[in-house]
Amino acid sequence: MNYRMIVLVKQVPDTANISGQVMKPDGTVNRAMLSAVFNPEDKVALELALQMRDNYGGEIIALTMGPPKASELLRECLYMGADRVVLISDRKFAGADTLATSYVLSEAIKKIGSYDMIFAGRQAIDGDTAQVGPQTAEKLEIPQITYAEKIIEAQKKKITIRRRIDGGHEILECPLPVLITVIKDAAIPRPFRAKRVMAFKNARSLVELEKMVEENSLLYLEDLREEYISRSLFIETLTMDELRIEQARCGLHGSPTKVFKIESVILGGGEHIKIEPTNEGMGILVEKLMDDHIFG
Amino acid sequence: MGKNINEVWIFIEQRSGKAAEVSFELLSKGRKLADKLKGTLKAVVIGSGIKEIAQETFRYGVKECLMIDHLELKDYKTIPYSRIMIDLVSKFKPRIVLYGATVIGRDLAPRVASYTRSGLTADCTDLQISDVTYLRKNYKDLLLQIRPAFGGNIIATIIAPDVPIQMATVREGVMENLPLQTAEKGKIVNISYTPDRIDQMIKIIERHQEDNKINLKNSPIIVAGGYGMGSREKFKILYKLAHVIGGEIAGSRAAVDAGFISHERQVGQTGITVRPKLYVACGISGAIQHRAGMQDSNKIIAINVDPEAPIFDVCHYGIVGDVMEVIPKLIEVYKHKLK
Repeated sequence: MNYRMIVLVKQVPDTANISGQVMKPDGTVNRAMLSAVFNPEDKVALELALQMRDNYGGEIIALTMGPPKASELLRECLYMGADRVVLISDRKFAGADTLATSYVLSEAIKKIGSYDMIFAGRQAIDGDTAQVGPQTAEKLEIPQITYAEKIIEAQKKKITIRRRIDGGHEILECPLPVLITVIKDAAIPRPFRAKRVMAFKNARSLVELEKMVEENSLLYLEDLREEYISRSLFIETLTMDELRIEQARCGLHGSPTKVFKIESVILGGGEHIKIEPTNEGMGILVEKLMDDHIFG
Repeated sequence: MGKNINEVWIFIEQRSGKAAEVSFELLSKGRKLADKLKGTLKAVVIGSGIKEIAQETFRYGVKECLMIDHLELKDYKTIPYSRIMIDLVSKFKPRIVLYGATVIGRDLAPRVASYTRSGLTADCTDLQISDVTYLRKNYKDLLLQIRPAFGGNIIATIIAPDVPIQMATVREGVMENLPLQTAEKGKIVNISYTPDRIDQMIKIIERHQEDNKINLKNSPIIVAGGYGMGSREKFKILYKLAHVIGGEIAGSRAAVDAGFISHERQVGQTGITVRPKLYVACGISGAIQHRAGMQDSNKIIAINVDPEAPIFDVCHYGIVGDVMEVIPKLIEVYKHKLK
C-alpha cells in the first residue's frame, strides 16, 4: 500500500526518574541534572508506524521540534528504523506552549508534503497535556483518533482502529489522512538495530556540523554539509525562515498560556503521630482508628 | 444574546444520555468563578434526548443551558462535537470554558482551543480568579490555572493574559460536587444543528463501555501501594489488608507504570482523586501528583522504609518500616482487637 507516515516525537526530561539532586536548594528545578529521554508514548507511536511499514510497506519520517540536542532523539529514530528524520529548531520557537507547538509542527508537516497518517504519542511525560496531537490535527484540518491502542485493519484509503475510552473501548473506521495518538499499551518498541546504529551513529544535524567547524579550523561548513548529505548522514533542519511562518504565532510570543508563577512544593510540617513498626505500635494505631470511628 | 465577556461555560459531558459526574463538579466550581467575575454560569450539552441533563444543570446555578439535541449527536464524535463547540465559542466568546479531563474532554478541548486560539491548560488541580501583574502589565480578573508540573516537583500557576478565552480541563473528583438548595430558574436555549458530510467521516463500528465497576471514589477505606512495594507479588499483601479492613485497593502512578496494578485504580493527578475516611499509603513516596489525589482524606496512614519520604508530611499516622513486615502485624492486631 506504501503509506507515507509522519511520526511526531519529543525529547523530554526524564521526570519519571527524578532524584534529589534535581531540585536545587531554593526549590527550583535544576534542568541540567535531568537526563533527556525519548518520550515513551512517542516511541510506541514510532513502533506502530514501523509495524505498519512492515505489514503494508511505505516510508516513515520522524519529526521533532526542539533544541539542537534533540538530534540525539532523531538518531534513535534512525536506529529503530525511520527512513528520514527532520529537526525543527530555532531559538524563536523556544518557550512554545501546545498551541504554538502545534502551529509550527503543522506548518512543517505541510512543507514535508502529502501523507497518509501522522502518528504521535498521546502525551509527553513532561507536561502530560495530550493537546499537541489534536491541535496539530485541527490545524491540518484532518480527523484525529486519540488514545489508539490497536490498528485493526488498514486499506488504501481508510483505517480501522481500536481506541480506549472511559470505561471501555470503541472501534472507529476513518478515511485517510488521519492523525493518530497512541497509548503506551499499543505496542512494545523494538530495540535499536545494531546495523543501523553503525550506519547512523554519525548522522548530524546542521547545528552539530556548525559546532564541528567551530572546533576545528580545518573544516568548512559547506564541504562538510555536502559530505554528510552524500553519505546520507545529514539530519535535515527546518528553521523559522525556512518554514516561512508567522513569528507572532511561534515560541513564547505565540503562546496564549504563560507560566505566571512557579512554587516549589512546600512540604508540610510533618506533624503526625509516629507509630512504631511493632505489634505494640499496631495496637496503638488500631485503637486510635477505633477512637476516630474508622475501625469498629 | 449579546456578547458577554464574563460568561463561564461548562461543557457537560454525557455518555449514553447520562451526564458525567465531573461535569457537575465543574458546574459547582464554575458557579464560584462566575460569582467572582460577577458573570453568568452557562452550560453546553450536546447529545440526543438530553433535556433532563440540561434541566439538571439549573440545580448548580446555570442561568442558561445551550442545548444541541439531535439524533445524530447521540454518541461523542470528534468532528461534529468540535464543530459545534467552535461555532458557539467563536460566536459568544465566553471568558472561560471548562471541560472534564476525560478521554472525551481531552479529545475535544484542544481542538476547540486550537481553532479559537484560546489558552488551554490540562489537568488543573485548582482554579481561581485574581487580578494579575504580569510583565509589568496589569490584568483584571484572570483565571489562575494551577497544576503540578515537572514530575510534581513544582506547582505551576498558568495564565492566559492576552487572549479573550481561557480554557482548562479538570479531572474527575478534584472539585467538589455542590448543588444548590434551590435550583436556579434557568432557561434552555435550543441551538439548531445542521449535519455536515464531514461529521460522518469517522464511523463508530463498535463501542463497548460500562460504568466503572471499581468505585474508588466512594470507598470509605482505601489501601494504596506504590513503587516501593517492589513487585506485583508483594503487592498482593495489600489485597489481604484491604479485604480484612474492608477497603478498596489502589496504586500510585509509579505502581501502575511498573505493572503492579491496573490503571483504573490509579490515585493521583492523572488518575482518580479520592477523599476516603482512611487512606493507607504503602511504599508510596508521596510525589505531589499522588498527594494531589489523596491529601484530603480524613485520615492517612503512611508506611515507608524511608523516613524522609514526603508522604510523611501529609499523613496523620506515620510508620517507618518495611511494608512486608508491618502489614502482617497490622492484620493480626486488627483481627485480634476487632474479632
